[in-house]
Amino acid sequence: MKTCLVVDDSRVVRKVARRIVEDLGFKAEEAEDGVVAIEKCKESMPDAILLDWNMPNMTGIEFLRALRSESNGGTPIVIFCTTENEMSFIQEALQEGANEYIMKPFDSDIVQTKFEQTGLL
Amino acid sequence: MKINEQDFEVYRTFLYKDSGLSITFEKAYLLESRLSPVIKKLGLNDLDALTSKIKMNDAAAKNEVIEAMTTNETFFFRDTHPFERFEKVVLPKVLESKPAGSTIRIWCAACSSGQEPYSLSIILKENAAKFAGYNFEIKATDLSDDILDTARTGRYSQFEVQRGMPITLLVKYFTQDGANWLINDEIKSMVNFSKFNLLDSMATMGTFDIIFCRNVLIYFDAETKGKVLAEMHGHIAKHGSLFLGGAETVVGITDKFKPLPGERGLYVPYDATSV
Ligand SMILES: C[S@@+](CC[C@H](N)C(=O)[O-])C[C@H]1O[C@@H](n2cnc3c(N)ncnc32)[C@H](O)[C@@H]1O
Repeated sequence: MKTCLVVDDSRVVRKVARRIVEDLGFKAEEAEDGVVAIEKCKESMPDAILLDWNMPNMTGIEFLRALRSESNGGTPIVIFCTTENEMSFIQEALQEGANEYIMKPFDSDIVQTKFEQTGLL
Repeated sequence: MKINEQDFEVYRTFLYKDSGLSITFEKAYLLESRLSPVIKKLGLNDLDALTSKIKMNDAAAKNEVIEAMTTNETFFFRDTHPFERFEKVVLPKVLESKPAGSTIRIWCAACSSGQEPYSLSIILKENAAKFAGYNFEIKATDLSDDILDTARTGRYSQFEVQRGMPITLLVKYFTQDGANWLINDEIKSMVNFSKFNLLDSMATMGTFDIIFCRNVLIYFDAETKGKVLAEMHGHIAKHGSLFLGGAETVVGITDKFKPLPGERGLYVPYDATSV
């Protein structure tokens, strides 16, 4: 079973996202910020990461940089999932190695499409 | 609002004749729920008033009812697979059978708000080097004036772009416009939108190399599907390909097209030049 790490400081968003990825057949893990997320990745790299931008301690983009510099940190498909909907944010995320980008609000169909298009499904 | 069988018949007959849409009395509830907003929009008192207008052949009223009853749902790169086959298999095959310098004609026969033809023009743009030396024409038609207006503006909500547009292509071919996204002029200018009813004669259409007729035949009955496909056969090149929607087929409907073995959703003329 593939795993998906949901990184978001909102417990409600994590719960919603967990539901969606579990329905898509993934085992869901959760982290409330970038620091916790990077620890979880070091333990075991997930196949996919749904990543919020604005979080305390370590933001999504800082996490992404840290992840991509880990030895096998290039493998997870990273999909931002954030209210930062400006073109400049999207471009920065892509530059730092994000694979896809979901602008909140979102629904399960959008997550499914993004998973399909990045080869996760 | 309840519609009686007699009035239902008025709507059923005209919808079938004017748009091909085939509804049965079990779907009366659908008609009822969709006609209420039309009655309001036209400033009419009740269903009887609308029904009289339809009986009198009032073009505006008929148009509104057709708009209300048709489904416009569509996404960029809908179902992914057909667009992949278009790029990797169908287009290269067409190029092989035409000399450099020719124009490849593509028809989106029920284009709705434009996501399908724009997906095709993005593919052409992305592969410009590979397809160099050829000209492309994308003709996109629909029955609905309103939806064609939307298509022509090329403005999509965040939800619409996220249902299918990969983020790298969004960044490349769209500009942000408040909460919406506007498709760039270079992509827009590759598509030529016009109004066309699939029930009408295709005599002025010319011949196409590739036809997309997806997720529209599904609303027609077998007889209408057969007629449309037979007419289309007269306007597709012998080396041409026809894309239908995921729930549509030619099998049992017409013998003018045959499935391309191993290629789901893809059909060729029965008298196709060998592949
Ligand atoms: C569900 S959309 C399909 C859009 C797109 N081809 C796709 O697959 O995503 C169906 C479209 O068919 C159009 N339509 C319905 N009846 C038609 C007819 N008789 N002639 C032309 N278009 C028609 C509707 O206006 C609507 O935009």
